[in-house]
Amino acid sequence: MSVRDEFNALIKERILIKDGPYGTAIQKRRLQEADYRGDTGLTADQKGNNDLLNLTRPDVITDIANEYLDAGVDIFATNTFNATKISQGDYDAQHLVGDINRAAAKLLRDAVDERQEKDGRRRFICGAIGPTNKTLSISPDVNNPGFREVDFDEVKAVYREQIDALVEGGVDAILIETVFDTLNAKAAAMAAMEAGDELGRDLPIMLSMTLTDMAGRNLSGQTVEAFWYSVRHVRPLTIGLNCSFGATELRPHVAALAKIADAPVMVYPNAGLPNEMGEYDEEAETTATLVKAWAEQGYVNALGGCCGTTPEHLAAIAKAVADLPPRKVKSAAAAMRLSGLEPFTVAA
Amino acid sequence: MTSSATNFINVGERTNVTGSARFKKLIMGDDYDAAIEVARQQVENGAQIIDINMDEGLLDAVVAMETFLKLIAAEPDIARVPIMIDSSKWEVIEAGLRCVAGKAVVNSISMKEGEEPFLESARKVRRYGAAAVVMAFDEVGQADTAARKIEICERAYKLLVADGFPAEDIIFDPNVFAVATGIEEHNNYGVDFIEATREIKKRCPHVKISGGLSNLSFSFRGNEPVRRAMHSVFLYHAIPAGMDMAIVNAGQLDIYDDIDAELREACEDVVLNRRDDATDRLLELAERYKGGGAKAQVKDMSWRELPVRERLSHALVKGIDEFVVDDTEEARQAADKPIHVIEGPLMDGMNVVGDLFGSGKMFLPQVVKSARVMKKAVAHLIPYIEAEKEEGAKAKGKIIMATVKGDVHDIGKNIVGVVLQCNNFEIIDLGVMVPWQDILKAATDNDADIIGLSGLITPSLDEMVTVAEEMQKASMTMPLLIGGATTSKVHTALKIEQAYDGPTLHVLDASRAVGVASALTSDGEGGTTLIEKTRADYEKIRTDRANKGQSKLSPIAEARENAFDADFAAYTPLRPNLVGTKIIDDVTVKMLRSYIDWTPFFRSWELAGNYPAILDDEVVGESATSLFEDAQKMLDRIEAEEWLTPRGVAAFWPVRRDGDDIMVFSDEERTDEVARLAMLRQQMVKREGRANMCLADFISPDADWLGGFAVTSGAGTEEISKRFKADHDDYSDILFKALADRLAEAFAEYLHALTRRELWGYSPDEQLSDEDLIKERYRGIRPAPGYPACPDHTLKPILFDLLDATENTGVTLTESMAMLPASSVSGFYFAHPDSQYFGVARIGRDQLEDYAERRGIAVDEAERWLRPNL
Repeated sequence: MSVRDEFNALIKERILIKDGPYGTAIQKRRLQEADYRGDTGLTADQKGNNDLLNLTRPDVITDIANEYLDAGVDIFATNTFNATKISQGDYDAQHLVGDINRAAAKLLRDAVDERQEKDGRRRFICGAIGPTNKTLSISPDVNNPGFREVDFDEVKAVYREQIDALVEGGVDAILIETVFDTLNAKAAAMAAMEAGDELGRDLPIMLSMTLTDMAGRNLSGQTVEAFWYSVRHVRPLTIGLNCSFGATELRPHVAALAKIADAPVMVYPNAGLPNEMGEYDEEAETTATLVKAWAEQGYVNALGGCCGTTPEHLAAIAKAVADLPPRKVKSAAAAMRLSGLEPFTVAA
Repeated sequence: MTSSATNFINVGERTNVTGSARFKKLIMGDDYDAAIEVARQQVENGAQIIDINMDEGLLDAVVAMETFLKLIAAEPDIARVPIMIDSSKWEVIEAGLRCVAGKAVVNSISMKEGEEPFLESARKVRRYGAAAVVMAFDEVGQADTAARKIEICERAYKLLVADGFPAEDIIFDPNVFAVATGIEEHNNYGVDFIEATREIKKRCPHVKISGGLSNLSFSFRGNEPVRRAMHSVFLYHAIPAGMDMAIVNAGQLDIYDDIDAELREACEDVVLNRRDDATDRLLELAERYKGGGAKAQVKDMSWRELPVRERLSHALVKGIDEFVVDDTEEARQAADKPIHVIEGPLMDGMNVVGDLFGSGKMFLPQVVKSARVMKKAVAHLIPYIEAEKEEGAKAKGKIIMATVKGDVHDIGKNIVGVVLQCNNFEIIDLGVMVPWQDILKAATDNDADIIGLSGLITPSLDEMVTVAEEMQKASMTMPLLIGGATTSKVHTALKIEQAYDGPTLHVLDASRAVGVASALTSDGEGGTTLIEKTRADYEKIRTDRANKGQSKLSPIAEARENAFDADFAAYTPLRPNLVGTKIIDDVTVKMLRSYIDWTPFFRSWELAGNYPAILDDEVVGESATSLFEDAQKMLDRIEAEEWLTPRGVAAFWPVRRDGDDIMVFSDEERTDEVARLAMLRQQMVKREGRANMCLADFISPDADWLGGFAVTSGAGTEEISKRFKADHDDYSDILFKALADRLAEAFAEYLHALTRRELWGYSPDEQLSDEDLIKERYRGIRPAPGYPACPDHTLKPILFDLLDATENTGVTLTESMAMLPASSVSGFYFAHPDSQYFGVARIGRDQLEDYAERRGIAVDEAERWLRPNL
């Protein structure tokens, strides 16, 4: 059975649990510059380059993965949110992109396989792809709205390098997450499809959008529906939302997506909104109660955590929704679905 | 069109260099700002998708497509609709797909090069997540007959679907070809398309059918009424057959039933190929419609035969006030009560006007004319209504409108007032220069639903904040609407909304005022939704603003080091022929007419486009032409009946530069300083080779000359304006004021030319066409205080003193430094060959403090006047 079929079969049965963030977990371990830098010989400051830890402190990453395994997670994402040439460029570590991604995938593969051998439970590993800090739809120069720092092919190539390494390291799928610019996501998705072409097999994609305002739009201005129509051709394993806000604020947008998406919906919110200190302090039980309500409404097929959530949150979520049925994915009626920043549907 | 057209999709065609001469000119001229406005207008006029085409031999189409799409991405009003990327070159299409975040439509792919290349491009289209227009075109050529169209489309459909292309993302274009060309084989092309459409829809489930309409009527180029009639007739038959969308000039389709019956039938004969002599008959008939349908209709008095109710409706929709009083009287005599005439036929007619305007089928000048008809009818009825002691018709809401204290400009406010009145709002217009106390009092006394503030000059922005603060103190809760040329969504969000807890909304133009006011006064949820959406929107603007970080400024000392080098070693300032002051009182309206720049005139009526091209514009051309004719007629009257007495003054003084100041002397030895003009310098960090400009840079530090001027066309405006108002004629009133404004600008242009050639005389041989004048292709500039190069309005009193302007022209200044009468212009003359306009833009605290010291005013005083630049 292909990964796609296996995944589809499982997500029909129950609400799957996606892991939580590496950032929050790493922060707690109070690592120092030396931990980050290891023996890479890099000269720039590396503290904060969490992706580099896949190489320099693999034990920490495995440790975190094991915590999520203990929490009952089904879908794992690699610690590679910033492991692209663009983002690693900020640390002068762009030459390590291949190594970081391969190592990240391998670490997770080993940890998951080890557990799977013991308990026989099928879990999925996806290679996490972040948005980078360069955007294809928005000019960084307010006086020159037509300017772009990067172009589509450039971004696609950057993602392709990352994806190839993730696949070599053994991921099952590619998770394009925290999409604030749909065009960046389309470049990433095309890179993944082309990588799949070259492999001669289906390399499934998962997509997760992030909202930047309460009105429910991403940074490039699209609504949730418009976003879905823009990426629907990718046939993603899941479509969803992550980060943005806490579960309370995300609710209407999750509902909107659940209403129209003819694909499984996966949402992993933050642990509430940050407090005045910029910290997330929503209790695990609170988050779990909030997302449980979504499950009860039949909005979701997979749930996880983003900024501020911990293995404790994930365990609480897993427990809260264990007995609830997943959302029924209905196929969409034939219609031409176009979008600008807003959706435009023409019934057939 | 008919009701079957309700699901019909308009694809805007104006952003196409092959179809629009105007758009092509803009793109070729690199005027992307104006090109974007074309796109915006399409969307505003109801285009649900916009087609963008840059296929022009002299253009790098890839670059043009990318540039345009990237710019559009920054315009939420435009980017909200899907894009149709239109090119015959795959590389242009792919370049476009790489710039579009949404799900676009590719226009087009075909089997022209064979099946394999066709499928290859289709796969790429899918990868980018787009739908595709598929032309009925194969290896042999374009399909002309119905059979070929069907055969090709069906083959393409099977190939695509088998390859995994979603059927619902296929749009077939079975080729609309020109009919009535005189070539017999072409006669059936309309029928071929319609029949093919019906059959393709049957054989290829879920597909859409589209076509480019303008081809159909190609042989009637230049005859818009006939072309439009042909298009409407064609759609009337093609839509029921299954046509889903057309590339059209959004808002430019005639209503089938409204087409002149004879023309409609002749078009139908051609489109449906119903008779052998159809082409000849249409050609013959077409002669009569040449030069604009409006003219052909003016003489048509047959509507006078209609029942009175329909006559009133016709008069309202067409804006004809000639018979309205008689018709109203006839209707009154037939009605039980006079009020019923208002509530019945008059309101019905205005509702039609409102609908047409709302859907982009009617434009502002026409609406204002309709309002004039309405007002005259109502004025006739009021004595009868009062005699019966009836209640007046119930308005949708009461709106207080005012131009704020210190500001005298009211054209825009009056237009908004008229449009709202047309939509059954009661407008209480407090006029210009209205202090906040009066605004609040009027709102309370009248139990108003909304307050609307207007202003044109920058100090009015502050005054609006004051009004908002006072409303807050008075615990008011009614919505506050903000409009006018200097106002903006950003300023409203950042400053005005923050001062007032009630709903505060910026209204961009008159056409949006109705929607906003209706939502706010409706009982439903529309108002709440709008208010919440606006609040969220403004909140986002504030956050974005806070996060954006502003562009970097150089310290003023550094900016000064990077001053513009006017190279006084190579240029010796020329002594003006006239040193001293000259009063100009012999200028007539007749002399000024040729100096009028008409483009801003059309803009003040919300008609977008440049004169003279606007007169032939496919969207607003008819409306613009009719407005232009009215304007010419009124100018004739202004001239003949001497409504206006233009007066001006110009003076030239010995000056020299001292730092960023210009010192003005009474003597040529330059010892007796009579004034000091402190100028502001740009502080943005500049690219290598670009200077931080300041007007003082154009003046020599040794010995130089500066001119100043003030002109007005305004003396007499108030009296004429009152006359129109008494006659309930807002249209003429607004038209008159807009013309007075234009004449003042024309006067300034005239006086500048006179200065260059004679008064100063530095270009004695200048020979420029009117167009060159308007494009400012001459030496020297005339910047005005309060405008970008010289943003401080408070230099105006100094200029006025130097010119003795109030004594010499009758123009006075308000406390906000607006000139009264409003149709006045003043400024400085700089003669340096390199002198140029620029915007000072944002300045730093260091320059502000320095400037306050140079001006001898308190820092907070300077801050108040320069707030837009801080």
